[in-house]
Amino acid sequence: MQPLNDMPGGVLATQALSKAFGGLRAVDDVTLALNVGELHAVIGPNGAGKSTFVNLLTGQLPPTSGRILLEGRDITGTPAWRMPHLGIARSFQRTNILKSLSVLENVRLAVQAVRLPAARVLRKPARETALIETARRAINRVGLIGFDRVQSGVLSHGAQRQLEIAMALAVDPKVLLLDEPLAGMGQEEGERMAVLLQSLAKEHALLLIEHDMDFVFRVADRMTVLVEGAVLASGKPADVRADPAVQAAYLGGRG
Amino acid sequence: MMRPDRIADRTAHRMLPQSAAGWLALAAVVGVLAVLPLSATPYYTGLVTTAMIGAMLALALHLLVGATGLVSLGHGAFYGLAAYIVYLMSPEGAPRPIWVTLPSAMLVAGIAALLVGALSLRTKGFFFLMVTLAFGQMFFFVFHDTKLGGGTDGAYLAKPLIQAFGLTLDPKELPRAQRGWPAYYVALVQLVVTYLGLAFLLNSLFGRVLEGIKVNEHRMEAMGFAVHRYKLAAFVIAGMLSGAAGHMWSLHSGFVNPELVSWHKSAEALLMILLGGIGSLAGAIAGAFAYVALGEAAQLATERKLLVEGVVILAAVILLRNGIMGIGSSLPGMAEPKESSALEIDGPPSQQETSVHAASE
Amino acid sequence: MSGFLSQLLNGLQYGLLLFLIASGLTLIFGVLGIINLAHGSLFMIGAYLAFLVTKATGSLWFALPVGIGAGLVIGAVLERVLFRYFYDREHLDQVLVTFALILIFEEMRSLVVGNDFYSVPVPAALDFSIPITAGFSYAAYRFFVIGACLVLAAALITWIERTNMGAVIRAAAEKPEMVDILGLDARRVHLTVFAVGTALAVTAGGLAAPLTSVYPNMGDGMLIISFVVVVIGGLGSVSGAFFAALLIGLIDTLGKAYGQAFAGSGLGNIIAACASMAVYILMVIVLLFRPAGLFGRRA
Repeated sequence: MQPLNDMPGGVLATQALSKAFGGLRAVDDVTLALNVGELHAVIGPNGAGKSTFVNLLTGQLPPTSGRILLEGRDITGTPAWRMPHLGIARSFQRTNILKSLSVLENVRLAVQAVRLPAARVLRKPARETALIETARRAINRVGLIGFDRVQSGVLSHGAQRQLEIAMALAVDPKVLLLDEPLAGMGQEEGERMAVLLQSLAKEHALLLIEHDMDFVFRVADRMTVLVEGAVLASGKPADVRADPAVQAAYLGGRG
Repeated sequence: MMRPDRIADRTAHRMLPQSAAGWLALAAVVGVLAVLPLSATPYYTGLVTTAMIGAMLALALHLLVGATGLVSLGHGAFYGLAAYIVYLMSPEGAPRPIWVTLPSAMLVAGIAALLVGALSLRTKGFFFLMVTLAFGQMFFFVFHDTKLGGGTDGAYLAKPLIQAFGLTLDPKELPRAQRGWPAYYVALVQLVVTYLGLAFLLNSLFGRVLEGIKVNEHRMEAMGFAVHRYKLAAFVIAGMLSGAAGHMWSLHSGFVNPELVSWHKSAEALLMILLGGIGSLAGAIAGAFAYVALGEAAQLATERKLLVEGVVILAAVILLRNGIMGIGSSLPGMAEPKESSALEIDGPPSQQETSVHAASE
Repeated sequence: MSGFLSQLLNGLQYGLLLFLIASGLTLIFGVLGIINLAHGSLFMIGAYLAFLVTKATGSLWFALPVGIGAGLVIGAVLERVLFRYFYDREHLDQVLVTFALILIFEEMRSLVVGNDFYSVPVPAALDFSIPITAGFSYAAYRFFVIGACLVLAAALITWIERTNMGAVIRAAAEKPEMVDILGLDARRVHLTVFAVGTALAVTAGGLAAPLTSVYPNMGDGMLIISFVVVVIGGLGSVSGAFFAALLIGLIDTLGKAYGQAFAGSGLGNIIAACASMAVYILMVIVLLFRPAGLFGRRA
């Protein structure tokens, strides 16, 4: 399908996306676009609607109004399970893994979901070596080398966050949506994560939800500030930092 | 420091025997069952047939409860429905071959399961339980309140004919003491086939998806699995297998009554699963035999069979967290904590791990 | 016409009894997270208790207060001795424990009273009919049941809507951890909810005894219909249970009363069968369009 003329560019774009819970507009008229090779951070205080925004993009919640476009195609209303098949993968703010399964099995299932043809679903797992190899590569990439066989539930918090990302990137999606991957991480782990995110952004359109301003200013190529569900400012980090509205509403209190 | 049992090999399905010794044990059990009628009285042969039919229903339900984490109280209805289908196809005096009745019974049970499953899987947890129970009872009331299947008293049916290679085996031509044998051996074959079939299914990539759904359905959906379809597939397969068990019951008893359709059947099957241990297919079979033995012992010991059963169930649920199959490995203190974050590791896995995840072989 | 009015009143009375059972079920389940399959057995216990006390004292008037008291005690004992250990257990465990209770209760019933049907006499003071229109009168005891159920329903709803503990219960039905946050002793809330829920079912059994007689397994059918009420009404919603119970009482009674008129022809038999299963058909419709129940919040 040809992109429409009035559409913002980008791999994944939203047009006036809104979500209301009763009278509360959790996401209010958000229009933005994600591009390959660009780390786009969405920041905002708690309750700004960041996670709700991701849940809209991945079909976990239906939007009240507005559209979501993937490479120009309207995908609004697509059920959540279809999204990875379209090339949109995500991680969760609160660690959401299969805790009783091994690290490898977590990632292998993520690959199976997207890559395995339905006709082969009755085959033995060990015979689908391509799934396993793909999963291994993702595990190694996020730095969990040697952890394949460990039960994911006993990993440290930081390692579980890494696993979350491995599960999302294993299927080589067009769009990666990472919801606060640094939440609860230590300094050193955070540094490693920053390197990983920047390398991932080279190959994917990457949306990073984060509330740590300093971190975002350091790694993001582009950023959007959400306040009470609405876009307060959007642009390059330096421009956003200089934006008077952001200064007043968000940075002002930081001294 | 990591305990060996923390290594995730336990997450691999262990549905088929994992070693030569395991296969030998399985063969030995089948062997003992194969020669049992030679030495047992007809009464006990019949009792073992009953236990094997119970085991089939428990295995069918295990696919939902043990493997997928869905507690259905409706599958007793598919069991009973299948038995009634045999009655409707071949009322007393007009038998049909098993090759006709078995597929028909499974097909009708499967269609019923598809309809009930499509509706009840729209709900979760307690609601799912209640909805499957209510739909199951709907079938019960159909047979209980209408004349469709002999009403409350039930009805006799013509047992399906056991035919192979153009020969028909008629139990009535056998000596009186051996009349239960055909049903016994058909049940034994069907039980073994059901066990191996389910083991194959659960060891496949399909089984892995069910396991994932059991552990974290929400995450599986976000990963890209059409969770609803997988659950419905499991629901329907379990329904068809319940139907096969119900068909076997008609072949064994030659009689149907509304009790076969009642939700108590589902509860009994759940109990067998719990008694045997929810972690394995063999547990469902062991649990079925234990349940039938318990009923028999309670009957012999006292007039108050249900009271004994009820008390034993209470004790089993409270004390026997991992079932018969888990005795020994589930001593206090070994129970798995719900959240395993208490035991975190930061370094690479220790060298003492010896087991290998199935997928990495 | 008078026949229709009579069925309408029957449906109302049946629906109100259903509410007493279903409201306890939905409360216990909303606040404690327990699915109690033995809830129908509590109804059965109430009916047999009424039978026994009436036989001993000669009047149902003694049986009803005894039922309420016994229900509270039975509920409190069950909660303290058994159910409190099952709040965090898997559904499967809860199902099997409450199934075991059904077996035990039924066997105890058989031990104490036997397996026969017994009728329970209507109290002499209410053993008459009230003329409504010319040519139609309705049993006074049925009016009494309607009135008693309405009083109990009003008391229950007032308790939940107007009292401190009611506020905690409403909050807990939405978020179980709220009980602790609101500062009320969780143990007390759990105990009270379970005792009240049990007492409602036992009382319903006592009220119903003169209408239905008492017989083995009489709780089973009530349990299933109560589940349908909860599914249609919505999880943890007492007002939802009220409307759903009335709806189902009326639909079931009218469906069974008038569906049979069609029986005879092929199509007529189908209509008759559908009418007798109208309750389940309603549940199917609700599941298709409002899976969380008519009054439930969407998950």
